Amino acid sequence: MSAEIGHFALIVAAILAFGQSVLPMAGASRRHGPLMALGGTLATGQFVFVLIAFCALTWAFVTSDFSVANVVQNSHSAKPLLYKITGVWGNHEGSMVLWCLILSLFGACVAWFGGNVAPGLRARVIAVQGMIGLAFLAFVLLTSNPFDRVNPMPPDGRGLNPILQDPGLAFHPPLLYLGYVGFSVTFAFAVAALLEGRVDAAWGRWVRPWALAAWSFLTLGIALGSWWAYYELGWGGFWFWDPVENASFMPWLVGTALLHSAIVAEKRDALKSWSILLAILTFSLSLLGTFLVRSGVLTSVHTFATDPERGLFILAILAVTIGGALVLYAWRAPSLRAGGLFRPISREGALIVNNLLMTVAALTVLFGTLYPLIVDALGLGKISVGPPYFNATFVPLMAPLILAMGVAPFLPWKRADLAGALDRLKLIVAVTIGAAAVVVFLEDRHSFAAALGIGLAVWAIGASVLELAGRVRLFRAPFGESLRRAAAMPRSAWGMTLAHAAAGVVVAGITASSVWQTEIVRVMRPGDSVEVAGYTVAFAGVREVRAGNYLARRGQFTVSEGGVAIATLSPEKRVYLPQRTPTTEAAIRTTWFADLYIVLGDPDERGGHAVRLYHNPLVPWIWIGAVLMFLGGMVSLTDRRHRVGAPRRSARPAAARPAEA
Amino acid sequence: MRSRRLLYLAPLAVFAAIAAAAAFYLQSGRDPSLLPSALIDKPAPAFSAPGLEHGGKIIRQGIESASFKGRITVLNFFASWCAPCLIEHPQITVLSKVPGVTLAGINYKDKPADAARWLARHGNPYARIGVDRDGEIAPEFGLYGVPETYLIDRAGRIRFKQVGPITKQVLEEKILPAIEALRK
Repeated sequence: MSAEIGHFALIVAAILAFGQSVLPMAGASRRHGPLMALGGTLATGQFVFVLIAFCALTWAFVTSDFSVANVVQNSHSAKPLLYKITGVWGNHEGSMVLWCLILSLFGACVAWFGGNVAPGLRARVIAVQGMIGLAFLAFVLLTSNPFDRVNPMPPDGRGLNPILQDPGLAFHPPLLYLGYVGFSVTFAFAVAALLEGRVDAAWGRWVRPWALAAWSFLTLGIALGSWWAYYELGWGGFWFWDPVENASFMPWLVGTALLHSAIVAEKRDALKSWSILLAILTFSLSLLGTFLVRSGVLTSVHTFATDPERGLFILAILAVTIGGALVLYAWRAPSLRAGGLFRPISREGALIVNNLLMTVAALTVLFGTLYPLIVDALGLGKISVGPPYFNATFVPLMAPLILAMGVAPFLPWKRADLAGALDRLKLIVAVTIGAAAVVVFLEDRHSFAAALGIGLAVWAIGASVLELAGRVRLFRAPFGESLRRAAAMPRSAWGMTLAHAAAGVVVAGITASSVWQTEIVRVMRPGDSVEVAGYTVAFAGVREVRAGNYLARRGQFTVSEGGVAIATLSPEKRVYLPQRTPTTEAAIRTTWFADLYIVLGDPDERGGHAVRLYHNPLVPWIWIGAVLMFLGGMVSLTDRRHRVGAPRRSARPAAARPAEA
Repeated sequence: MRSRRLLYLAPLAVFAAIAAAAAFYLQSGRDPSLLPSALIDKPAPAFSAPGLEHGGKIIRQGIESASFKGRITVLNFFASWCAPCLIEHPQITVLSKVPGVTLAGINYKDKPADAARWLARHGNPYARIGVDRDGEIAPEFGLYGVPETYLIDRAGRIRFKQVGPITKQVLEEKILPAIEALRK
């Protein structure tokens, strides 16, 4: 029964979404209050019905209802409960239902928490959300129905792809979708503003919290995906420039640009049509990501079924959504009034540098991702560009970005004195150059890349700390005074400091783990030991283990330092039973500063085992940094400005208002 | 003012071009996971690739396609920057030990220094390595990406093609039986 309830709820949700896309729009253009208010009710209704459908599908998975085709293909009665639940979105159909659920949740959130947004704009935003929801619900109902039945009912399921049977990957899609889909709200704000033909400082303020929330979740989602790749794929690496990774990274880059340009739009009433374009592009790239993963146009390590018909459907959604928004943009944006003026050297200028570099970086990633497709479509053969392309184009863009990020908070709005700002930063400039010099002298190989990376990391962290110290007048005022100032500091300032310093932490992690990684590949017999980065790793042997729904060969390694045993590590090679798919489980011993990483390989004929050992310095910092960035976003989101003091829409040009600090 | 309007049209124009390309791609019915098998049972393309050299030392001799005649050859395209190549490396190593089979590698779009370091780290199972620094040989084979592996029989004909890494399963269920069949 639950399958029919779910299917029916999806149909009702689609009908509500249709109403949601038409009625509030009509209400807004006729200034008809009740019609506009109806949008919020419909958005809540759409969310409730998609939630019912989602719960029905989850119920079918939890109770192992093998009359439902999707459950048969993706679940198994012997699977642990957690993975029965996460199996709901571990497949194409279910993950699209999750997509719709999160989309309708954001639509409803605009209705619930958008009380300070002008009614006309809010009605249009909700209507645009309704249109996107309708498109995706239609996609699910017409091409990917998760509630299809099978007859006769098979005795058991075929199991979940075992590589997905992992806590890291289980929560990767929901977080990623919170990010992708969150940007639908900023997109809806952009389209609604273009429809109204009015963008002012208030628009910037309304858009920022949504951009911030989506960006934070996307950050966490990408980090979780990369962490999963690190410990599960067993290659010792954390980022592979795989098309699907790129698909999530591009909206992050443009979304970061949007986050910063919206600040300029709010505070200085400038960069408005640019912010609108970024809002459109961010969501467009999110959709492109969905298209690339779902259509099978690009093959990758990500293991979903592919189907050209679905690809065409998503392409049609893309064409209408993105194409429509860009037509609107080409038509309406030229008439938007330009706002506050500023000099190139100013905080606005620095934020534009951020915007340009982030956007260009996103374009280079897009080009590298699509280039093999273009070449193939032109009949020139199949090629792949590989990491050399990305490393050669991406890293040079990030270096000036980090430099600008350090200085920008020291620049005032409108016009600034770069020499003066650098003078205030002279301590950090010295420390940065010192750190880079130490790296050059200590290191004989890869010294330039290492010095650059470590220098940039020190710079980003140092400049953020100095900026914070300056704000609270640390050591210049009594300590109590500094504490009081720190407590009174706006949460958004704390958020910025945290996120900028976190960027430095990530850069340090990436640099150190790429440049100073130690890798040892060796055939080890029981009793053998090997030295890695000051540790002695002794191999005790391999045991066969049976647990849950897999068989494993588990290696036993004892790690000792200075003759004292400090840890035992047990990497595994697993074979999941229903499909006999092998997976590798690396064993990792982490300190906050480095990981010891062991992968068990295949046995040879003479009782030895191929073993790969890595020592990855600072690699945990990549994910610590990403979590700090997420926290920065969250802290900034709790700024009371977002909750109270709804800005009034300006009747006169906002440029005439005094600039905020 | 006219030129400013054109500027605002630029994002739309770029998107239209990408969408048209994507639609064309989907319409063309290409499926990247179903690769052209046009070369199966056809003679391997003729080529000559110089050997891998680094630091004034020849690590392996190069490859002449004429030398395929008279023996069973496994031809594997690899690169040091290619993560999946590392995954299939144990299986490639197994292939190098199969009696009566010559394992030849094509080092694809790689720097010799990187390739040499990669082989030193992970082991060098190849009997011969031809360098395809600029990707000139790859198109002859219709290479989709690296890794990619071809099984060539004693008459110099391609009998099997694997796109992407050779997993243990592919090795045991497809490649080893195919080699066994060729030996008879």
